[in-house]
Amino acid sequence: MNKNHIENHTAPETLLKCPTGIDGLDAVTGGGLPKGRPTLLCGSAGCGKTLFGVEFLVQGALKFDEPGVLVTFEESPEEITKNVTSLGFNLNELVAQKKLVLDHIYIERSEIEEIGDFDLDGLFIRLAYAIDSIGAKRVALDTLEALFSSFDNEAILRAELRRLFRWLKDKGVTVIITGERGSNGMLTRQGLEEYVSDCVIVLAHRTVDSISTRHLQVIKYRGSAHGTNEYPFLIDETGISVLPITSSGLDYTISNERISTGIPSLDDMLEGKGFYRGSSVLISGTAGTGKTSIASSFASSVCQRGERCLYLAFEESTGQIVRNMRSIGLNLAPWIDANLLKFHTTRATMYGLEMHLVVIHQLVKSFQPSVVIIDPVTNFLNNGSNLEVRSMITRLLDFLKTQQITAFFTSLTSAGNFEEHTLTNISSLIDTWLLLRDIELDGERNRGMFVLKSRGMASSNQIREFLLSSKGIELKEAYLGQAGVLTGSARLVQEAKERAEEQLREQEAIQIEFNLERKRQMLENQIAIMRAEFEVEEAESLNLLKQAKAIDEQMNIERNNMKISRKVKA
Amino acid sequence: MDAANESEGENRPKWELRLYVAGQTTKSLSACINLKKICEEYLEGKYQLEIIDLLENPQLASGDQIVATPTLVRKLPDPVRKIIGDLSNTERVLVGLNLIQI
Repeated sequence: MNKNHIENHTAPETLLKCPTGIDGLDAVTGGGLPKGRPTLLCGSAGCGKTLFGVEFLVQGALKFDEPGVLVTFEESPEEITKNVTSLGFNLNELVAQKKLVLDHIYIERSEIEEIGDFDLDGLFIRLAYAIDSIGAKRVALDTLEALFSSFDNEAILRAELRRLFRWLKDKGVTVIITGERGSNGMLTRQGLEEYVSDCVIVLAHRTVDSISTRHLQVIKYRGSAHGTNEYPFLIDETGISVLPITSSGLDYTISNERISTGIPSLDDMLEGKGFYRGSSVLISGTAGTGKTSIASSFASSVCQRGERCLYLAFEESTGQIVRNMRSIGLNLAPWIDANLLKFHTTRATMYGLEMHLVVIHQLVKSFQPSVVIIDPVTNFLNNGSNLEVRSMITRLLDFLKTQQITAFFTSLTSAGNFEEHTLTNISSLIDTWLLLRDIELDGERNRGMFVLKSRGMASSNQIREFLLSSKGIELKEAYLGQAGVLTGSARLVQEAKERAEEQLREQEAIQIEFNLERKRQMLENQIAIMRAEFEVEEAESLNLLKQAKAIDEQMNIERNNMKISRKVKA
Repeated sequence: MDAANESEGENRPKWELRLYVAGQTTKSLSACINLKKICEEYLEGKYQLEIIDLLENPQLASGDQIVATPTLVRKLPDPVRKIIGDLSNTERVLVGLNLIQI
């Protein structure tokens, strides 16, 4: 005997795992349940044990071509079939395809009497028959504890159960046993854990602050590493989804591609190119500053490029957002119809934080968007403490970054709060942070936007005025002048004033030029007149000179004549 | 209700009994022997006994919802009663089959 024992030790087997096919559970268990061994699934009523067992078999049949046997001791097969229809599982079809056998073992206590020695070979035979009839590799027993209320002789029962598990191991089937949560330190009411010790998973359903979340915890897995935390899971029309919450560290592949923000003047503030693909963007501002408008513009431009955008809205309904965006000239309806834009609207308080994460995971997986918008992300603060919200958002961003999905969050700040404290410290997770601020001046309130932070790109540090009109969003260059930075009507006034002054100066210049010209004219005129006068005088003077000369000559001639007549010797 | 009532001139057995066993084990043989004794003594001529070996016919186990072996099922008269065990305690078997009053 001892020799055998030693021999067994020197020939270790590697633990084989049976992938369950349940979303996320295989990640948590490091590959699945122990193959060929029993796993105990315990939890209080309504935790989802039966559903786990059923999905284990269904996925085995559908994804891994492993037929399965479901032995139900409490509910009837018809009831279970009906219950899981809402999960999208068609058990009847699987039975018809010989991928599944449903067996109902029901013992009406009032019918039976125990007299003498007996064993549970009947159970073994039925199980063997069911397993062999379709070559099943997976078995779910739900719940063996029902046998305890049928038989008085517990000693025989327990001995037989021990034998059953050995038998199942020999059969080489992977089994899920469900059990009801016990008290007094026992995992299950009847202590099934003493027979099933390879792997134990506990399901729980907790309600905190009126919000209930389902949790799963692998408390034991012999021979394997496993996630030891509680993992939230969700049961919906696609079955069970467990959220592994694994942060794969910070090593994601990074893109250098830039995508437009949807607002050209905003792109200008970001090196003219927009956001980095796969980065995280936060836009914060007080109520009514236009965050949803900016988010919608971004969504619209994403869809225009033919990419998909997932918009998670926690404040407004889809219809409301679409209607409101029309007032700024943004028509989102065609994108919704083309299935490029998907809205998912819920109240943040509808379920717990973990559940939100699971839901988002599911939506992203099924819709495969390239951009996820959450509007507003601050609503999560209604659900948990700052620390919990930060933890959840960290994981969410990690998830999105590994998928190279650009995350766009809006955040509501309260007036008067120092904006930099929005959502306690998630700012360190954000790559690009845009701030919308109200600027109040002279009885008027205008919106200004500026880039508070932009990792990896140069950005203008100037506040621009943010204008919403029926033509869309525009960021106007805030007025820069000797009067400082002005916005709104102050800016308009100042601009008008300066325009007026400029016009005035222009006018004056024209006037001066005109005057100068006139003077020149006048001068020229005067010169002309003087010249004319001079010419007249000149002519007269010349005339006089000519006359004088003529008289002189005349006088000379007469003198000569006189000389001649007086015979004066000349 | 006294189950040992006689029918007038009918040869149809009033009692339908089925004994489910799993192979030839000590328990199976004990149950068979004990049951035959009881039937001969109390139900002579009025019973129909079927012995079903589940190892040979496993598919018959689900019909009567057999989990333990040996199991004796009284199908007729109504109501259905099941007795589990090797039937070693005759008196209790009789009570269980409602052949005698306690």
